[in-house]
Amino acid sequence: MGFWEGYVLPAAILIGWILVITVPLMIGMALMTWFERKVLAAMMLRKGPNVVGPFGLLQPFADGLKLLMKETVIPSGANRAVFLFAPILTFTLALVAWAVIPLGQSESGIWVLSNINVGVLYIFAISSLGVYGIIMAGWASNSRYAFLGSLRSAAQMVSYEVSIGFVIITVLLAAGSLNLSEIVLAQKGGFWNWHWIPLAPMFIIFFISALAETNRHPFDLPEAEAELVAGYFVEYSAFPFALFFLGEYINMIMMSGITVVLFMGGWLPPLDVAWLNWIPGPIWLALKVAMLLFVFVWVRATLPRYRYDQLMRLGWKVFLPISLAAVVVYAGIMLYAGWLPGWREAR
Amino acid sequence: MSEFLVEYLPIVVFLGIALGLASVMVLASWIVAKQNPYSEKLAAYECGFDAFDDSRGQFDVRFYLVAILFIIFDLEVAFLFPWAITLSETKHFGFWSMVLFLGILTVGFVYEWKKGALEWE
Repeated sequence: MGFWEGYVLPAAILIGWILVITVPLMIGMALMTWFERKVLAAMMLRKGPNVVGPFGLLQPFADGLKLLMKETVIPSGANRAVFLFAPILTFTLALVAWAVIPLGQSESGIWVLSNINVGVLYIFAISSLGVYGIIMAGWASNSRYAFLGSLRSAAQMVSYEVSIGFVIITVLLAAGSLNLSEIVLAQKGGFWNWHWIPLAPMFIIFFISALAETNRHPFDLPEAEAELVAGYFVEYSAFPFALFFLGEYINMIMMSGITVVLFMGGWLPPLDVAWLNWIPGPIWLALKVAMLLFVFVWVRATLPRYRYDQLMRLGWKVFLPISLAAVVVYAGIMLYAGWLPGWREAR
Repeated sequence: MSEFLVEYLPIVVFLGIALGLASVMVLASWIVAKQNPYSEKLAAYECGFDAFDDSRGQFDVRFYLVAILFIIFDLEVAFLFPWAITLSETKHFGFWSMVLFLGILTVGFVYEWKKGALEWE
């Protein structure tokens, strides 16, 4: 094997794969900010962005360009290195989680960057690390609002992470694998086979926890414009701010993606018929993710913000007991009814 | 072993590219934009007032408590992952030992609930 075939070609393929994931993700994220403003505007009987480009479609790119031209203000009391590293970390983690999300399937195999056998654990670890970016930002800013915002945000994220964990366990019981592609393939055969019907209560808990995990309405207390003015990124400007913004939206898309993979059949079409199977998997995945993102925006337009004590009560006193009990109940039912998936060969 | 590691190589490369991309964007904004710092602009934001003192003071101990509870339950979840996958092998023995284990956990959970560790008024 020569130098070209041995090293350069695989490296080029790898980087091509990474671009195939990253570029649509960045464009999708930009469109998501546009979509959110448009949908919010429609729900409030306004027009929303409509000046830059057709239907205001170029608005997010204009915003990005504006942020690029702004001055990077680093507060005098801040720890400069940590202050600048926090948004970079948030953005990086939001992006890297996509490495294991399966996008589709063909005869030659699964379309995924890295088909590791502990995909769920990897996602779980990356989303736990997301707290670090926020804590670092709040601490390094050396501002009261940022500090309080980051504490609130971290406490909220870890609280809901616990119930997300228990919900994932019930999915693992039903699918019998930690590999995300195999979890999707366990839901084959039409939308009634997707996990959202047998695991309906878990699906709802997971989605609400996903809202809390991404600091979205009605759980956007860390941002709380009225009291903390923006929470942990109040001191940020220019592109470090943009990176937080990007990271938050990519995280939203990512949580929707995980919801789709765990509960809504990933890249599989809703009916297992030929002409629907002919449409490639990534399109189905994107459609389902877009549907969930619409619900994210819908919830934002509809519901008022929670109080912090209500938020913690919901997380620890409602979701945690329910999901803990559900793990035992689902495991018991599946064991005694003989519905457990058979042991898959270790890969 | 090496084939096992090869699956993780794309993740490492992706991590590097993502870190590089983020750093380049921050750096580009730093270079492109005009920087004009002065002491009022660099002061920490506190509604127009000068900051009273360092912001890194005492904070509510309940945040700390939440972190401790999180560690307990998150370890629990990590422990349940392999159990959930192998339940079809361990069957009734595996199920009932986990019920016992979760029972002990529940006793601790009820205790902290009664103690008021979950109260945020």
